Amino acid sequence: MLRYALGRLIGTVPVLFGVTLLVFLMAWVTPGDPVVAMLGEASQGISRQALDDLRRELGLDRPLPVQYVGYVAGLLRGDLGNSVRSRRPVLAEIRDRLPATLELALAALTIAVALGVTLGVLAAVRKRTWVDGAAIAVALVGVSIPVFWSGFLLMMVFALELGWLPASGRGTWRHLVLPAVTVGVSSAAFIARITRGAVLEALAQDYVRTAKAKGLAPRRVVMRHALRNALLPIVTVVGLQLGGLLGGAVLTETVFAWPGVGRLLVDAIVARDLPLVQGSVLVISLLFILVNLAVDLSYAAINPKVRYG
Amino acid sequence: MAEMPRHAWCRVAWSLPAMRRFRRHPGAWVGSLIVITLVLVAAFAPVLADRPPTQQDLRARLRPPSAEQPFGTDEFGRSMLSRVLHGARLSLLTGLLPVAAALVVGSTIGLVAGFFRGRLDAVLMRAMDVLLAFPSLLLALAVVGTLGPGIVNAVIAIAIVDVPQYARLVRSVVLGAREEEYVQAARALGARDGRLMWRHVAPNAIGPVVVQATLGIGFAILAIAGLSFLGLGVQPPVSDWGEMLARGRRYLPDATWLMIFPGLAVSLTVLGFNLLGDALRDALDPQA
Repeated sequence: MLRYALGRLIGTVPVLFGVTLLVFLMAWVTPGDPVVAMLGEASQGISRQALDDLRRELGLDRPLPVQYVGYVAGLLRGDLGNSVRSRRPVLAEIRDRLPATLELALAALTIAVALGVTLGVLAAVRKRTWVDGAAIAVALVGVSIPVFWSGFLLMMVFALELGWLPASGRGTWRHLVLPAVTVGVSSAAFIARITRGAVLEALAQDYVRTAKAKGLAPRRVVMRHALRNALLPIVTVVGLQLGGLLGGAVLTETVFAWPGVGRLLVDAIVARDLPLVQGSVLVISLLFILVNLAVDLSYAAINPKVRYG
Repeated sequence: MAEMPRHAWCRVAWSLPAMRRFRRHPGAWVGSLIVITLVLVAAFAPVLADRPPTQQDLRARLRPPSAEQPFGTDEFGRSMLSRVLHGARLSLLTGLLPVAAALVVGSTIGLVAGFFRGRLDAVLMRAMDVLLAFPSLLLALAVVGTLGPGIVNAVIAIAIVDVPQYARLVRSVVLGAREEEYVQAARALGARDGRLMWRHVAPNAIGPVVVQATLGIGFAILAIAGLSFLGLGVQPPVSDWGEMLARGRRYLPDATWLMIFPGLAVSLTVLGFNLLGDALRDALDPQA
């Protein structure tokens, strides 16, 4: 197990290198002079000489590899640069917003897993009945409806018409319900599709027939024997869905005025606040990489074949 | 080979096992119907609409749906029916373009990596791993954040997000196919790498790539609409369904029709491509 974990950890290093490199390069691909972009409106009226001095001072005249090393060294110290707009450290901006995004993502993930696995198992057990058909239809529609539209529909019904829940903002648990359901249901659709397939495959195995032949209760056969063996693909898709949740949260946060990192990122893009864009992208990606690492390690815990294979 | 009349070829194709499975798939019919309707709407939008999508009528602003204006009017008195119908053109185009670009670039990367293996394969696939390390919408946002908002950059962004999917898919097919006996036989007969790769190995990937591309169009339309909704895709006065939704939001809770119809259009379109993609997958790969 330790060997597997270590191998997997080492395998993450090139990915981290690539991700930080890409985020670093964003500043160089972006059209225009990075110094002018960094100063924003303040750059107007500054002499060419002063701009060059500033460039030297910031180390932007050095070769790219040297700058990249400096960038990574900064990251390791927790220095993501300063926001152009607010002048505050990017890390502080993100730290203020991250709890809201994590709260939304976790709540949505809980809904997604509970709903998705239930639907998927039901569809698999009642294969080729109306239950299966309905579950497939719900999953397909769930995948196809954009969250920024389903969120609006939920808001119309439960906030504006019925007045049961607040339409936007963050505060009490009641504020969390609509955004979490919006994101959760769209992810549940993916999880349901994978669960159905995985459970169907497991149900076709010999050990399930053996379990049935031994006279085990059908429920026990499904829960203990089939679902357990179907967990691997389900856990994979749940891990990947978290990436979808973090990304999809950008849209949902906009719909419900939820003050998270996603909203921060979109505002930063509109304001062309590049350091803040880079920081938000980096932090969300790192979270995603860590989650998928955790998923891979959990495989080894679920399935011994993975750690010895 | 003897020449066969055209209708005979059609009959052969129609009765192929994959085609038979496709025809019996309920999703195939619904999906095809939706997609064909969409293409027709996009093609004939100016004929179907009662007036141009940009024609303003300030006396008839924010009118709810009626017999005269089935989808209502927006804040400039423009016909929502006309705008939604014309929106199909841009959505279809911006859905197809990134998929086509990603398909060509990604498939080539996958083909080369899987065929030649070795260090080239390792480098290319690590690069794909890095792209896959980002959540897809986030990567698209990063690209748009770098290049600046706008529909061209949004299309480039979605194409970049899609490339690794085709690369990985094609590579996995190629890895299996290059070991097949007919490929070895062609090699023994003196076929060069280029011919082996394109003539003998690549055709194996056509089925999976077509499935992936069909599902990919749905994703691309969804993603572009999302970017436009965030104000990062299509810029006014040009308008797509995502931009209409972003605009309609400002007139909530009164003018709900501004959001209902564009949203319905996106959802139906994506549903159509998803149904079609699923049916194609079930038809081409019955084990899955």
